[in-house]
Amino acid sequence: MPTLFECLEDKSICICAGSGGVGKTTTSAAIATGMAARGLKVCVLTIDPAKRLADSLGMEELGNEARQVDPALFAEQGVEIKGELWAMMLDPKQTFDELIARQAPDEESRDRVLENRIYQQISNALAGSQEYMAMEKLFELHTEADFDLLVLDTPPTRNALDFLDAPKRLTQFIEGRSLKVFMRPTGLAAKVAGRGASVALSVFKRIVGFDLIADLAEFFNAFSGMVDGFQARAKRVNKMLSDPSTCFLVVCGPQGEPINEAVYFHRKLVEAKLPFGGVIVNKVHYPAEQLRGAEPDDLPATLTEKLGDADLAQRVVANFSDYQALAERDARNIEHLATELRTRGVIRVPHLDEDVHDLAGLAEINRYLFATGEERVAMAAGRA
Amino acid sequence: MIVTGKGGVGKTTVAVALGLRAAAEGKRTIVCEVASQENASRMFDHTAVGFHEVEMEENLWSISIDPDESMREYVLLQLKVRAMRDMLFRSRIFNYLAAATPGLKELVTIGKIWELAQLDRKVKSGRKYDLVIVDAPATGHGVGFLQTPRTFASIARVGPIHSQAQTLDRFITDHDHTGTAIVSLPEEMPVNESAALEQDLRDEVGVAVDRVYLNGLYPERFSKPEAEKLAALAANEEGAVRAAARAALSEHGRARSQRAQLARLRRRVQTPVKTLPFLFEPELGVEAARQLSRRMG
Repeated sequence: MPTLFECLEDKSICICAGSGGVGKTTTSAAIATGMAARGLKVCVLTIDPAKRLADSLGMEELGNEARQVDPALFAEQGVEIKGELWAMMLDPKQTFDELIARQAPDEESRDRVLENRIYQQISNALAGSQEYMAMEKLFELHTEADFDLLVLDTPPTRNALDFLDAPKRLTQFIEGRSLKVFMRPTGLAAKVAGRGASVALSVFKRIVGFDLIADLAEFFNAFSGMVDGFQARAKRVNKMLSDPSTCFLVVCGPQGEPINEAVYFHRKLVEAKLPFGGVIVNKVHYPAEQLRGAEPDDLPATLTEKLGDADLAQRVVANFSDYQALAERDARNIEHLATELRTRGVIRVPHLDEDVHDLAGLAEINRYLFATGEERVAMAAGRA
Repeated sequence: MIVTGKGGVGKTTVAVALGLRAAAEGKRTIVCEVASQENASRMFDHTAVGFHEVEMEENLWSISIDPDESMREYVLLQLKVRAMRDMLFRSRIFNYLAAATPGLKELVTIGKIWELAQLDRKVKSGRKYDLVIVDAPATGHGVGFLQTPRTFASIARVGPIHSQAQTLDRFITDHDHTGTAIVSLPEEMPVNESAALEQDLRDEVGVAVDRVYLNGLYPERFSKPEAEKLAALAANEEGAVRAAARAALSEHGRARSQRAQLARLRRRVQTPVKTLPFLFEPELGVEAARQLSRRMG
């Protein structure tokens, strides 16, 4: 089975997707580091990195612009960056504002949109707008900057799938085709469209209050000159995502729930004809048998003898069997995942003793990610 | 009681554990999921409950609050004329508006939570609950979710929804009746995020923060001298003895670094912190939640 490097070496975009709390940000940063170490010019885009990780990458005062990470920081951890590693923290609101400025035909229409309260709401809070802006920034870098590889850490969505629907949802909203005609001052269109629609509108007005409707009308008017531009751009973003040079990696944890979500997300990727590249399972408990071929039958007696402390020996045995149970669960879940995804290429990153939040941890994760399957088992076995 | 926290920290398990505890005390309790994941009902090995109040155990109900269903129910309660309602639901315009209005889905979801918490239920023959537990969306979405009523009240300055949004905001920020619990993990990032979340909940949303649950804390199974003995064993032995010694050392190391994170958390939040043990269980089902519920106090 190919290593992660072989998976990614001819790609220009790598998108790490998965549900929250599975270590996506760390994984994305480690992938970018590994590819930069192997000579590529790489940029990692993240929305909400761990503060310590951001600090250690020198990202503290970083805005919405990519910045190069000092290779000396990694040299200290024994990772030589032969290429270049860049990183940026995405500011969705600012990206949206920039996109408006780019699409607006003139300054007046730009300001009308930026000052509109509905716009301020959607650019901050509409479900999908963060996801859409992540893709927008990705597209901008893809078309305008000269990176070999872009690694995107997708925003922590409730459902990893929201990410895929985001451009469609947002353009449909902005378009507002079915709505605009009813907001024209004459009201003529409303009469033509029939009673059902005008009743719906008036009831809606009653429920949400007139001001909101007026704001929406103003919003659609302000946006009217930009709809075509937005649609064209969304199409190009979609094309970029389904291009064979893009690679989706599914990131998950070894517990039943994240595994099920990974299976579901993979299915949706396939349905949407998006290029699936592989799956990474974080925080895996490796079983001791696989490490050593151990025979634990007489373990309690042996341990009591070696330690000279029956109580301690008993606790060690109990703890060992707890760990083995977790390892067996992980192996079962990963087997299920591999079967569902019809792949043998599951990359298993072990549950490290220290939680990963600094460069040393990142360097260690990076070593596991880019190893072959056999190397990983050997590394996990050699771990103190 | 609104249970919040970042993704993957065990919010659902804690929400269900809180529910089990309250139910055991004789309180009629309902656990609400808002992201239609149905994780809570799945813990009880129950089929999906959907937008229905379904009894899981004695005194414990579960519901999955779907925004579209909530919107429908809200409109049904608002409009008494049947023909008008039917026309409305068939209308593409209405569906578009409902989907397009920022925050409306969150607002009607909170509206349903409010409705469940009323002793005088709006829904016909609705059950009276002593406690409503909400398994809230993950942090990031979570604070925005709870702020929706206030945001909405300021956008829609008139109309019925204006006063209803105000009612919902008062409901959420009523410290006597509504509280939040933050769920965290004994790791660097979750501790940082919990501290930030506590501040946002207090200062931005204005909701009461009652308790921080530090979930998944490893037991301290080995003392330091014992760990030294085990380190010698791991270095000099082979096979199962070595593997067992290493597993013990790994547990010891993790338990220690987690205690350091617990101390950091206690320094950084104002709310009392309650620890919940890591459960060495293959899958966290209802029995795991029951174990946790006994440790909640």
